[in-house]
Amino acid sequence: MPISIDEVDRIAKLSRLTFNEQEKTKLQGELSSILTYVDQLKEVQGPKDLSLADNPEGLNLMRNDVVEVLESPEEFLAQAPQREGNFIKVKSVL
Amino acid sequence: MDFTDLTIKSASDLLARKKISAKELAQMSLGRIKAVDGDVHAFLYVGAEKAMAAAVHADEVIAEGENFSLTGIPFAAKDNILIKGVQATAASKILENYKATYDATIIRKLNLQSPVLMGKTNLDEFAMGSSTENSAFGPSKNPYDLARVPGGSSGGSAAAVAAGEVLFALGTDTGGSVRQPAAFCGIVGLKPTYGRCSRYGLISLGSSLDQIGVLAKTVEDAALVLQQMAGQDDYDSTTLPKNVPDYTQFLKQDLKGLRVGIPKEYLIDGIDPEVRAIFDNAVKKAQELGATVSEVSLPHSSYALACYYIILPVEISANMSRFDGIRYGLSVPGKNLEEVYYSTRSQGFGPEPKRRIMIGTHASSAGYADAYYKKALKAQRLIRQDFTNAFQNFDLLLTPTTPTAAFKLGEKSDPLSMYLADIFTVGLNIAGVPGISIPAGVTKAGLPVGVQLVASHFAEEKLFLGAHALEQALNLKLKPNL
Repeated sequence: MPISIDEVDRIAKLSRLTFNEQEKTKLQGELSSILTYVDQLKEVQGPKDLSLADNPEGLNLMRNDVVEVLESPEEFLAQAPQREGNFIKVKSVL
Repeated sequence: MDFTDLTIKSASDLLARKKISAKELAQMSLGRIKAVDGDVHAFLYVGAEKAMAAAVHADEVIAEGENFSLTGIPFAAKDNILIKGVQATAASKILENYKATYDATIIRKLNLQSPVLMGKTNLDEFAMGSSTENSAFGPSKNPYDLARVPGGSSGGSAAAVAAGEVLFALGTDTGGSVRQPAAFCGIVGLKPTYGRCSRYGLISLGSSLDQIGVLAKTVEDAALVLQQMAGQDDYDSTTLPKNVPDYTQFLKQDLKGLRVGIPKEYLIDGIDPEVRAIFDNAVKKAQELGATVSEVSLPHSSYALACYYIILPVEISANMSRFDGIRYGLSVPGKNLEEVYYSTRSQGFGPEPKRRIMIGTHASSAGYADAYYKKALKAQRLIRQDFTNAFQNFDLLLTPTTPTAAFKLGEKSDPLSMYLADIFTVGLNIAGVPGISIPAGVTKAGLPVGVQLVASHFAEEKLFLGAHALEQALNLKLKPNL
């Protein structure tokens, strides 16, 4: 199903991505051809029930709820673009 | 001794007989990387110092008499697998300066045998692609023809093994990303069953499809590596607590009594005639080895690629949301939080991740999820049932790995034609079943061609049995002229 430039804008906003006009036109074409290709799935019937517990063994695997230190806070925080003490610093949310 | 002729098995024997040391092996690997990687560009990072330290440690382990099959063996890992203190870029600008803070479970398990990590290999950005042309750091080249792609996304890992730079490499396979580059580079590529090996410490692409796999020179080598990787892990709840058999017990010379199915839907018109002839020869060999070969139908195969290109982008759009410029990786400053998100992601992601995030976001958004995502999940059930039905009457399926041999760099410029390179491999990931690609011949132009064996869930031993016997019977001595 071909998509419009307005739809490209809608999806870009949901995706937190920005594109210039040229990129948008290119994406419109590429996304349209990919979506046209996947349209063949429309004829698929398949099972009515699509419960997400899609595990052939029917198992839920869990581990004990025990605190483990897997990495040092210092090593983790060293990757943050901005930090303040033991916190990751971000722009104000509100 | 020529380092490029060694396998894990032969190098391990030499180490055990003290004919060579792990230090010498690591030096040979570094020498080979220095000699050819300028052309091949398999590596994004080579850790010479760390490798030499690991080799010294391996020699100590051997001296203590604790010689395992992977001890002292030089290997490489795809750059989307985390190794503490080492870069993990996923070939993306958004993780260009990221260093892993912990080891993936797979790495932790391999390290119990003290192999020697030489470096991290190139891939399509976040493993999205079939040629390594989507790497933010430039493509890898096929060792058999430097004007051609090595395949992808684990193209760097495949090229590194084929070029004789390391003895094995880890890759990841979400839709064929281990098997397709293995076929293009004339080596063995194994994708285990979904749930066989832990993905803890792997940068996620499509979480319901991803599996870490092995690229090696022989089926036996692949079995030795899987032996160490397989098993349940508390940190990946999709791994199942199933027994891991001794795979080397299944490396036999014949296929007597084995029922091999040829899926008729895979023998499409688009297969290159040379690839088809090589495949037909492999089928003949399987019969000569004693297998009962007959046609089988996987009726919903034609939906596999479309199904994959909905399920995967939907999962990508969710998995890529963690790259937001806040906790690690690239962060582009902005006047508010939202601007940081937009600028970081728009500058950090390359064209293919952006395209897939867009498709996945669309296909899972309100008003479209029923038409796309839920339809794809229904198609997935049908495809999975096809395989389950087939394995009631067959031990293995045999297919071509790819419709063509390696294509030229820049040859596939539109995304959809690139996606079609995975047409024979994606079905296995959709169904969760294991597969292995082995070299089966060479085209007139000297390009390797692979065939794929498929087994039922958790029956990797059957893959090894079939692949080893075929490999021995075909007896190809492939080596690039580098």
